[in-house]
Amino acid sequence: MSAPTLAAGGRGQRAPVRPARVLLHVFLACTALAWLAPLLWAMFSALRPYGETSAKGYVSWPDTLNFDNFKNAFEQSDMTHYFVNTLLIAVPAVLLTLFLSSMVAFYVSRFDFRVNLALLLVFTAGNLLPQQVIITPLYRMYLLTDLPGITASGKLYDSALGLVLIHVAFQSGFCAFVLSNYMRSLPHELTEAALVDGASVWRLYWQITLPLCKPAMAALATLLSIWIYNDFFWALVLISTGENMPITSALNNLSGQYFTDPNLVASGALLTAIPTLVVYFALQRQFVSGLTLGANKG
Amino acid sequence: MNTETTTKSPEAASVPPPGAASAPKRAARGHRRLLTRRDRFTLALMAGVPTVLHVALVWATALASIALAFTTWDGIGFGSIKWVGLQNFHQLFADNPQFWPAVQHNVIWFVVLILIPTPFGLFLAVQLDKNIRFSRVYQTAFFLPVVISMACIGFVWQLVYNPDTGLINSLIGANKPGHYIDWIGDPKLNLWAVLVAASWRHTGYMMILYLAGLKGIDPSLREASALDGANEWQTFKHVIFPTLRPTNTVVLVVTIIESLRAFDLVFVFNKGAQGTELLSILVTNNIIGESSRIGYGSAIAVVLLVISLVVIIPYLVATFRKERRS
Repeated sequence: MSAPTLAAGGRGQRAPVRPARVLLHVFLACTALAWLAPLLWAMFSALRPYGETSAKGYVSWPDTLNFDNFKNAFEQSDMTHYFVNTLLIAVPAVLLTLFLSSMVAFYVSRFDFRVNLALLLVFTAGNLLPQQVIITPLYRMYLLTDLPGITASGKLYDSALGLVLIHVAFQSGFCAFVLSNYMRSLPHELTEAALVDGASVWRLYWQITLPLCKPAMAALATLLSIWIYNDFFWALVLISTGENMPITSALNNLSGQYFTDPNLVASGALLTAIPTLVVYFALQRQFVSGLTLGANKG
Repeated sequence: MNTETTTKSPEAASVPPPGAASAPKRAARGHRRLLTRRDRFTLALMAGVPTVLHVALVWATALASIALAFTTWDGIGFGSIKWVGLQNFHQLFADNPQFWPAVQHNVIWFVVLILIPTPFGLFLAVQLDKNIRFSRVYQTAFFLPVVISMACIGFVWQLVYNPDTGLINSLIGANKPGHYIDWIGDPKLNLWAVLVAASWRHTGYMMILYLAGLKGIDPSLREASALDGANEWQTFKHVIFPTLRPTNTVVLVVTIIESLRAFDLVFVFNKGAQGTELLSILVTNNIIGESSRIGYGSAIAVVLLVISLVVIIPYLVATFRKERRS
């Protein structure tokens, strides 16, 4: 954004140092530091051995700082296993959500069927509901759905498949809304010409529309990966075996065991946050644009 | 489903001349006339499969919640479902000692989020929108909590609040037996302690939404207001804030829904015991707790559903009306 000429300092570095600007930086730097304080505190605790903190107290000058707690948390809690569980849920869920919701979006944005508005409303509203509104019947439904041989539990309950399905169903509301807005902004002539040339509807979707939606799809994929990775509630209720849990709910399950050692819990919690932080720092732009693209998300 | 599309007026049949800026509506109609049987079938599948999945898992279960709220059921076989009318609701409103506190806490949750982190997020966004140096560094610091899972945030704040090893008590010297301030256990304190953590996260979220809103404002508006001699505060009050109206609506809806959904943080903190009851926690306790009272749990879910719909419906009506106009 070009700075208005009258606002002095708008040009950033070249503007003369103004006291107001300095004050603003001091304020922002202090606030930012305060904002990071809980995370830095967790990091500090995680880096210290339990023996030292219990002898000297938590607020004390550290004698030793090392990654032993991280190593122990990682090994003792079998974290690799839970990371894999999460991947087995998140990867199919993200791909399937994007696939299904882009088809709905294509349907409602490129044609003018009478049901379009209603259809989009159903999807969008569904995504805005609090999860607890639907959990009781869903839980029963998952328990009653027998899938012998398909899932390890023999039911939809306590299976990765069950979690994938609910993530897809729930999140596709948001994605359909965002993608349909996006597709509506594409020129109609594109698909029209192809249709006149005899291209099938599938081709219009797969070869013409989808490639144009790459930016929106990338933004949504980033957002969905972080949301689904961070999910706690669905896994808590719909998974009963500790073995099958994704990382966030597994940590909750395990933290009881480490009750006496907060340093270990701190390192475990920070370890679970690493993948989301990596995704965020690598794809920051996509993440933020996705969030504001469909700002109606609750 | 959805293949039943009625053919419309013949004027739509005329294919618009190539290159002409045709109204999208008309072009779409042109599309439809060219669809073969096979295309219609493909389209029906494309919309049908996702819709069936979404409706079956989200809307059918929401309706089932409503139905089950008027019954008792032990969950073993459908035979044991018994119609009890309004009994569950009656019990909920009159006898449940946790219900009204939960409603109250949900309301407090919303009031706190809208009064503290939301304006603060707006304030930060306005400051960061001034093209200052290190803007991205500051943004990242404020936004980081939004990226981390709520469960993880719960663990991190427990380290701050822990009575004998936590940061606060250690700093103020309240970590000796007999002098404890039990931030998580004390029913008078714990809701506020959780709300600090929730606000911590919400600020960053609001900041990003407002930043996006501010980026969309035409710079000439500011210029004009500066030419008229308005100072920074006057410009914000009379020019910037009114133009942020669409963002404000989104922020309001997001905040209400977030306060109705609030769950993870409280669950990790103290499982919603004494002092931090929330509607979402009451519903969940009926499922994962020892006593599975399905009808009763559903009745609480219906209360949550009704409150949510009061917000969701007007919002969607407004959004879609605007969309249809454009």
